Amino acid sequence: MTTKDDDMKDDHRLLPELVAHLREHRSELRTEWAGRIESTRLLQAMTPQEIGSETTSVYDNYVEVLATGSVDALQRYARDLSERIIPRGVETHEVVGIVLLLRDVLARSLFLKYHDDFTVLNRVLDAYEPAANRIANTVAVSFVEERERVIRQQQDAIRELSTPVLQVRERLLILPIIGVLDSQRAAQLTDQLLRGIRTNRAKVVVIDITGVPEIDTAVANHLVETVDASRLMGASVIITGLSPEIAQTLVTIGVDLSKMNTIGDLQGGIEEAERQLGFRVIRSDAG
Amino acid sequence: MFVSILRQGDFLIASIHAALDDAELMRFQQEMIDQIGLYRAHGIIIDIAALDVLDSFASSSLLTLARIAKLRGAETVIVGIQPEVAFAIVKLGMSLDVHTALDLEEGFACLERLTSGRRTGESTLGSLPERER
Repeated sequence: MTTKDDDMKDDHRLLPELVAHLREHRSELRTEWAGRIESTRLLQAMTPQEIGSETTSVYDNYVEVLATGSVDALQRYARDLSERIIPRGVETHEVVGIVLLLRDVLARSLFLKYHDDFTVLNRVLDAYEPAANRIANTVAVSFVEERERVIRQQQDAIRELSTPVLQVRERLLILPIIGVLDSQRAAQLTDQLLRGIRTNRAKVVVIDITGVPEIDTAVANHLVETVDASRLMGASVIITGLSPEIAQTLVTIGVDLSKMNTIGDLQGGIEEAERQLGFRVIRSDAG
Repeated sequence: MFVSILRQGDFLIASIHAALDDAELMRFQQEMIDQIGLYRAHGIIIDIAALDVLDSFASSSLLTLARIAKLRGAETVIVGIQPEVAFAIVKLGMSLDVHTALDLEEGFACLERLTSGRRTGESTLGSLPERER
């Protein structure tokens, strides 16, 4: 019983001792860590000075977590750091890599300090390892979360880009669609097209989907519905630029396109639309 | 009733100003059919630009009207369908299998084309190029 109490007391003493050790040897451990980062060719996107200042902050935060047991400050710092380095092209494996390197550097120094007494070393590692793993976890998760936030922001930005409805000739509209068509964007497209038909008094609309990489059943059916709704508003729709993949998909999933007027490319579509509207384009003699 | 039926040459123009209930719709349908015979109309235009909702009963009775008119010798064109209405009709799977046009002017052009074989009078509106193939 007494031995266990002593152990407990020991464990209580161990962590502050460990922290004191890491604070004492701060500069040499940090330098070794920076050296390791350089030799493993991580963080090539950053200058040595930047690595120097960031590693100092990371080291201090790291020791702080060991001392207080709270990862809140580290989490904030990791987010902030990620925000700064993600635009520079720093990858997830690099961030995880440098944190694991620091963990190893510190573990080595603990080995060196306690290598005489194996039982103490064991207890030190027992105290150190969970905390170190928790830190590595926190940093990696913060980094990935920051990246996901950036990705979400970009997705929103893309979604906000309106789908242009352009008039190329009197009563002829074209709708070039670039990028992935999800159901939300498809609904936006329908809305803008129907309004465009009304304001421009369009009779023919060419929807060009050359820039659409793929299409699913829901979106394909939505396109068919859009064509029907346009017809109700007195405009006929020509769909152009179906890629071989999309054409194959549509036939395979069995979307009924028999009511749709499809033409190979945008040029052909515009020519057909002009024909329907009674335009004739003639090359001038000078041309 | 919130519908005015006007006569313009061989055509009848029915303009619906406000949402009609079922009884009013039936009355409107009856009146149109009567007037087709009365004026020997070759075509009718139904303008629903004032409607921002079209329920299934209304759309089916418009469709019925178009079919009856056809049997009485008149083509029907529905004009002025609002974007929201157009998409709702398609979305709800209601078939509005009649001729449609953007507005009154287009509706006239469409009727001129549809009835050009049967009518003897000169068209005052320029004929538009053939759209259907």
